[in-house]
Amino acid sequence: MNTTWSRFNIVSLVIGFAFLYLPIVLLVVFSFNESRLVTVWAGFSTKWYVSLFNNKSFIDAAWVTIRVGLISATFATILGTLGALALTRYTRFRGRMLFSAMIYAPLVMPEVITGLSLLLLFVAIGFDRGIWTVTLAHITFTMCFVAVVVQSRLVTFDRSLEEAAMDLGATPVTTFFKVTLPVIMPAVVSGWMLAFTLSLDDLVISSFTSGPGATTLPMRIYSQVRLGVTPEINAACTILIAVVAVGVVIASIANKRREVQKARDEQAAARH
Amino acid sequence: MKSLGSFRRKFAPWNDPEAKPYISFENVTKKFGDFTAVDDLSLTIYNREFFALLGASGCGKSTLLRMLAGFEEPTSGRILLDGQDMRGIPPYKRPVNMMFQSYALFPHMTVEGNIAFGLKQDGMPKNEIDARVAEMLKLVKLEQFAKRKPHQLSGGQRQRVALARCVAKRPKVLLLDEPLGALDKKLREETQFELMDLQMKLGLTFVVVTHDQEEAMTMADRIAVMDKGKVKQVATPAEVYEAPNSKFVADFIGNVNMFEGTASTVMPGKVDIDVPADRITIRTDATRDCSTGQSVGFAIRPEKIRLSRKEPANTAVNAAHGELYDIAYFGDMTVFHVRLESGRIIKAASLNAVRTVEDPLGYDDKVWVNFDTDAGILLTA
Ligand SMILES: Nc1ncnc2c1ncn2[C@@H]1O[C@H](COP(=O)(O)OP(=O)(O)OP(=O)(O)O)[C@@H](O)[C@H]1O
Ligand SMILES: [Mg+2]
Repeated sequence: MNTTWSRFNIVSLVIGFAFLYLPIVLLVVFSFNESRLVTVWAGFSTKWYVSLFNNKSFIDAAWVTIRVGLISATFATILGTLGALALTRYTRFRGRMLFSAMIYAPLVMPEVITGLSLLLLFVAIGFDRGIWTVTLAHITFTMCFVAVVVQSRLVTFDRSLEEAAMDLGATPVTTFFKVTLPVIMPAVVSGWMLAFTLSLDDLVISSFTSGPGATTLPMRIYSQVRLGVTPEINAACTILIAVVAVGVVIASIANKRREVQKARDEQAAARH
Repeated sequence: MKSLGSFRRKFAPWNDPEAKPYISFENVTKKFGDFTAVDDLSLTIYNREFFALLGASGCGKSTLLRMLAGFEEPTSGRILLDGQDMRGIPPYKRPVNMMFQSYALFPHMTVEGNIAFGLKQDGMPKNEIDARVAEMLKLVKLEQFAKRKPHQLSGGQRQRVALARCVAKRPKVLLLDEPLGALDKKLREETQFELMDLQMKLGLTFVVVTHDQEEAMTMADRIAVMDKGKVKQVATPAEVYEAPNSKFVADFIGNVNMFEGTASTVMPGKVDIDVPADRITIRTDATRDCSTGQSVGFAIRPEKIRLSRKEPANTAVNAAHGELYDIAYFGDMTVFHVRLESGRIIKAASLNAVRTVEDPLGYDDKVWVNFDTDAGILLTA
């Protein structure tokens, strides 16, 4: 194989990455801009961060977002995990194929449709729109993502572990909590994180299903932007990016550590 | 202390018409869809017996074990354990423990945690659990590994943890599905004796699945040879080897030379078998009834065939001339492949009882093959 880099390769790589990251870099840089104008650099300043933290509407929106995220991710994880279990375990019920396909459908369903149908449902049953309707809506759409993540772990799960537990006298319930759940826990945690991030940055479904006093951060940012981009918004977005980036980095470092440790343990064991 | 052997020799409840079987399979059939994995199978196993299920891959050994453990229900027939019908009793309420082919150790628990798991389910007090776990660790010689996780252990150590885990509960019956499958030959042999020792010490009933016939012969009191969901023969290792009841069993266990012919003369106590394809007439003890003209089989083990350069006294029966075609030297013994004049290859084994032989047999040597009338076995099935 040819390992030298042709000029073409280098150029296409640079263009590709620039296309991906330049907007983000610009956003971060201008959040530290002294000037109010987003396009003119006038020196370094953190004043927009200060003003962001003094802006009550932003802080309120952040709290709503975090609350919705935590509650919806938790419930979505419980329901999604149960759904995944049912779909991988009870392979003999009628229409299993249909259900399996249906769990993927919401992943590709246009958000506008999901949002609209939920709105219609809430209106139909006379549910006052507010933080709870947003939370319910988020549970609904993130649950499928959790189910898919957990399901992919469950198909490689060694059923003989559960059989061994039952053979040793554990009832099915004990078996689930003492053996199955701890073993699939990493997938469940990733499912939760995925659900939380999806909830965090959802705009469309939230807009459809929220009501007075339940404005989420993305909704707030979006409504501000319509009045013009301010450095304050850049600052808010930079914080969001930082939070997500730190999360991703920590998760991947922990994962890497675990793998290295495991490889080392296995080598040590092989030497005995 | 009495040796293992002296006890074993006397242990033969299957010959005692009074003895009550501990486990019985009564006409058990198991179907997966249209496929019959276990076919109308009946089998009895006695208390404290070391019982081996032997058979080719896919013949239904694991399925049989899983039915006993409660992971599968028989499609028809019933399974009795100590006189009790097991139908509908879930695995966690059966007095049997199983050691899985894959070991199935709980990856998130330490060695101790794995062994204690079953005891905790019984609600045993903490101090008793600790004592039992320590005892088990000592039994399988893993004291210093108590705090390790399964992935920090070697294959052999994992296997011992799996064993300790299922023995810890002192079940009445221990089911072992290919317990030594993942071990290398030396460790395997060591562990075979450890298992036998353990079984004797604890007075348990063992049902072991294996497709390694040497392993089955070494460990078991009795062996059931299975084929396509049916039991072909249940007998002691020596009987299965020396007196197989069918061509299938003779062929499956050990090395064998098989001849197919017709009973030409039936005499009192002896039968002559014509084998036209191999141009040989065999005279053998009539261990089974057969009539003149019936097509029969004859099986003879390689170590029961003599080779000589000199022509035997009687060449009319049980003798053939040929040349050495291949020699396989195993150290303790040598297996000679002789090509008869008919083209048929016969295997003959001889023990290397002395270190050096004057004028040993070599490739392409002309030799005579011959054997006694009681060396082989007449097969009618
Ligand atoms: N759950 C199942 N569904 C369908 N077929 C099955 C199932 N379990 C086993 N079988 C089939 O039943 C037959 C017997 O399987 P079993 O596992 O008992 O074989 P085995 O004798 O233990 O073989 P091995 O030595 O390879 O472990 C096989 O042909 C297998 O494909
Ligand atoms: Mg098997």
